[in-house]
Amino acid sequence: MEGVDLSMVNWARYQFALTAMYHWLFVPITLGLSLLCAFFESIYVRTGNEEWKRITRFWMTLFGINFAIGVATGIIMEFEFGTNWSNYSWMVGDIFGAPLAIEGIVAFFLEATFFAVMFFGWDRVSKGFHLFSTWMVAIGSNLSALWILVANGWMQYPVGMAFNPDTVRFEMQNFWEVLFSPVAMAKFTHTTSTSFMVGSLFVIAVASWYLLRGRHEEMARKSIIVASAFGLLSTFYVAITGDESAYVNASKQPMKLAAYEGLYKGQIDAPMTVFGIVNGDKKPGDNQSPFLMDVKIPGVLGLLSTRSFGNFLPGIDDLVYGNKEQNIMSGAEKIRLGKEALRDLTAYKKAKKAGDAGAAETSLAAFKVNQQHLGYGFLQKPEDLVPPVGLSFYSFHLMVALFGFFGVVFLLFLLAARNGTLLARRGLLRIGVLSFALGMIGSQAGWIVAEVGRQPWAIQGMLPVSAATTNIGAGSVQATFFLFLAVFTLLLIAEIKIMAKQINIGPEGA
Amino acid sequence: MIGSLSTALLQQIWWILASIVGSLFLALTFVQGGQTLLWQVARTDIEKRLVINSLGRKWELTFTTLVLFGGALFAAFPKFYSTSFGGAYWVWILILFTFVVQAVSYEYRAKPDNLLGAGTYEAFLFLNGSVGILLIGAAVGTFFTGSNFTLNDFNQVTWTHPLRGVEAAFSVFNVSLGLFLVFNARVLGSMYLVNNLDFQGIGEFEQRLRKACLMNLVYALPFLLIVLVSLLTMDGFGIDPAGKVSIVPAKYLGNLLAMPVVLLLLLAGLVLVIWGVVLTGLKKSTAGIWFGGLGTVLVGLAVFFTAGFNNTPFYPSKVDLQSSLSIYNASSSHFTLTAMSYVALTIPLVLAYIAYVWWLMDARKLTSAEIVADSKSY
Ligand code: HDD
Ligand code: HEM
Ligand code: HEM
Repeated sequence: MEGVDLSMVNWARYQFALTAMYHWLFVPITLGLSLLCAFFESIYVRTGNEEWKRITRFWMTLFGINFAIGVATGIIMEFEFGTNWSNYSWMVGDIFGAPLAIEGIVAFFLEATFFAVMFFGWDRVSKGFHLFSTWMVAIGSNLSALWILVANGWMQYPVGMAFNPDTVRFEMQNFWEVLFSPVAMAKFTHTTSTSFMVGSLFVIAVASWYLLRGRHEEMARKSIIVASAFGLLSTFYVAITGDESAYVNASKQPMKLAAYEGLYKGQIDAPMTVFGIVNGDKKPGDNQSPFLMDVKIPGVLGLLSTRSFGNFLPGIDDLVYGNKEQNIMSGAEKIRLGKEALRDLTAYKKAKKAGDAGAAETSLAAFKVNQQHLGYGFLQKPEDLVPPVGLSFYSFHLMVALFGFFGVVFLLFLLAARNGTLLARRGLLRIGVLSFALGMIGSQAGWIVAEVGRQPWAIQGMLPVSAATTNIGAGSVQATFFLFLAVFTLLLIAEIKIMAKQINIGPEGA
Repeated sequence: MIGSLSTALLQQIWWILASIVGSLFLALTFVQGGQTLLWQVARTDIEKRLVINSLGRKWELTFTTLVLFGGALFAAFPKFYSTSFGGAYWVWILILFTFVVQAVSYEYRAKPDNLLGAGTYEAFLFLNGSVGILLIGAAVGTFFTGSNFTLNDFNQVTWTHPLRGVEAAFSVFNVSLGLFLVFNARVLGSMYLVNNLDFQGIGEFEQRLRKACLMNLVYALPFLLIVLVSLLTMDGFGIDPAGKVSIVPAKYLGNLLAMPVVLLLLLAGLVLVIWGVVLTGLKKSTAGIWFGGLGTVLVGLAVFFTAGFNNTPFYPSKVDLQSSLSIYNASSSHFTLTAMSYVALTIPLVLAYIAYVWWLMDARKLTSAEIVADSKSY
């Protein structure tokens, strides 16, 4: 395969990151708020209290505004694999296409169909069917998260497939392995649970703003009770799923873990860096300290990532330069074997084309020996295996720090709302308004950990990003990058203005 | 059970499934057609709101069908997905843009403080219904006229035309197909609105819609004629038993004659659409949309089947015949096709709940009173 234009690869990356991050501004709200709407409406149907109906309808209005732009940013992503990552789409489409198609069949249609009932069915269907529809939208949204995260999880930890040298692509062998891969399950549960947090923070932020202004007090208090209870429950769930995510990283993507922990030299019972300032000059293999300043707790990282004491956790240096004692192959060795595999594969294709069955068979046999290193053959030097450490480290630590903060926020709001002291606690209310923005930041930071930490791989260990792109030249990708940037930013501003206006108007009949 | 079917059979089943989804999308473009009719048929503000609110309850279905069409092609024919989307880059990007701006327009158009103003959102809807559908038609046209790409040993695509897909819009056949779809969508849009709205007190509006239905069929006919005549006479792409692709004279006429069922689908579809127009444009009936919709599905099926079956590469390359994609060389593995076929068993269930909700929500016609009373209407 010919050399690729690196600036094009980078533009394709920026474009993917841009569109994904825009999409992800709206998705967590959809995931969390759809369930909250279902809770509000369930209370309405059970109590028959019209106040709850007003509450439901108010939050549904905001939900709808967010949902529309979520859909608008989503369609780009569905086709972007083809437009910008066409080589990727061919190499793994046999596996990766399936979850995307299933998402369409089983999830998007639920959302699309019942969304109309949720918004326009109040007087057209029975109360019970309306409630059912609201639940279907919530379930559909979260089902869509399942399938897209199965797809993403597979890229982080490719399982259930084999390489086919004749078609030059990876093919699926076991659907259940793909679906129930531990990485996919960690991703799904962690992403949805954190999105429940974000949705709850959204409700708390808007309701706190009302309380600060002394408006819609009853409605705001009721909303806060439900949202903070849901948020608090989600916090526990996030702790479990976040721990699970890091645990699977340790075994499936050790380089990512090492990067977001800033761990260069592997060790037994590694310490956890709670806080640190990354040394920007540090290079893999040198003797500089990775941190200019740090606070560590001994043993904790080793315990969390392997769930027992006495285990070795590899660092960046071990993964790049190898570690004989621990039986870790060096990056240079993997690259050498990968290049051999690539050469044998090319020879096999050539011999087959020429009709030379004997030569084809020899090349194929040689290829099989090294084929598990195939992806490394696209890389040039072992240091390429290291993702950006600083960005991964800060993003990860920010996310985890925010987690603790949100837990406290939910607890305080729940207590204050139950005691009826909310109005008096203006400081808390101000924090409530602010914390939604922090939730957004935490959620984005999580994706930076997940995606930046996986560099240079598009598919872990199999296909580096540089070999995954479409051969279109930097110009086209650059042009569409700015096109997306302009259109999405315009729509985002419109969305924020509309949202703010609707919040200002408040629930109807008030 | 499905796993014991041959790969070739699964490939055919998946071409049929993809064709069904694609054809359903074409029928559901009544939403896009309605969007372009807005200025023409709605004179007063309330008429406008009726159109928008009526379409606004359905646009997501059309949109999601398009998304599913993309997803199904990705899963079943990944080589097509990577070649066409990666190669004909600009035409797809432009199509996607018209759908991006459509997705926010219903929700944002009438909301206060919406930054761009109602007129802009209406223009977005128009763009989606006109340029969007036209380019989709042009892209489908390349199934017959061919595209400019080559694939190497590793199946990496190189596009040999600098316009990267947009050149499709410079072929008479492709553009005619696109314009036919635009006008057909308008025919369907007016049929749907006639069916969905309550015209009490605004009978004149109804008359305008019925007339639009008739007129747009008239506009559509010349383009249909060009498409049909070209299709029946043009040289096509064929695959011989050894798998070699070559230019075959009157290939698509040959396909229709070799597959009489497809010819029947095409004729039945056209008759149904025309009957739908007669019901809407000349009689007092509101049932036209059912005939128009079904007819469009059948025509769509005929188009996709002609392109993909009977040893025809459905995504031919003009510049390197042997790079052409057929349902046999572009598909997923036997395993994936099997797994996806099990998933596809849920499709009837999905169709059933969509139909049920449609019936439930549309049991009563949409009235102006309802829209005015509902503060959340579009
Ligand atoms: C964890 C959840 C999650 C993640 C990681 C993604 N999405 Fe998403 N997506 C949703 C969860 C979601 C959602 C909550 O279900 C949305 C938001 C609004 C909506 O309609 O559904 C949605 C909308 C949405 C739509 C429009 C659906 C419609 O027709 O209604 C498309 C095509 C995609 N997404 C595709 C993607 C792709 C290709 C992604 C990956 C690169 C992606 N999404 C990441
Ligand atoms: C679950 C769905 C997702 C899938 C399948 C996915 C897949 C990908 C792919 C194919 C790339 C390009 C290859 C690469 O650069 O590694 C990428 C990059 C990236 N994605 Fe995701 N992604 C998903 C969700 C997200 C979301 C929601 C965000 C944002 C909040 C995100 C953030 C990023 C970033 C920042 C990059 C660029 C990293 C870099 O190249 O330096 N991803 N992702
Ligand atoms: C106990 C605290 C938390 C831990 C231990 C934790 C752990 C992790 C880890 C290890 C990843 C990377 C997973 C991977 O790459 O496979 C991750 C990703 C992510 N985190 Fe967290 N996290 C925590 C809290 C949070 C919070 C508070 C939020 C946001 C509100 C959040 C949002 C995300 C998101 C959106 C992702 C990307 C999706 C994913 O990869 O699953 N996390 N988290």
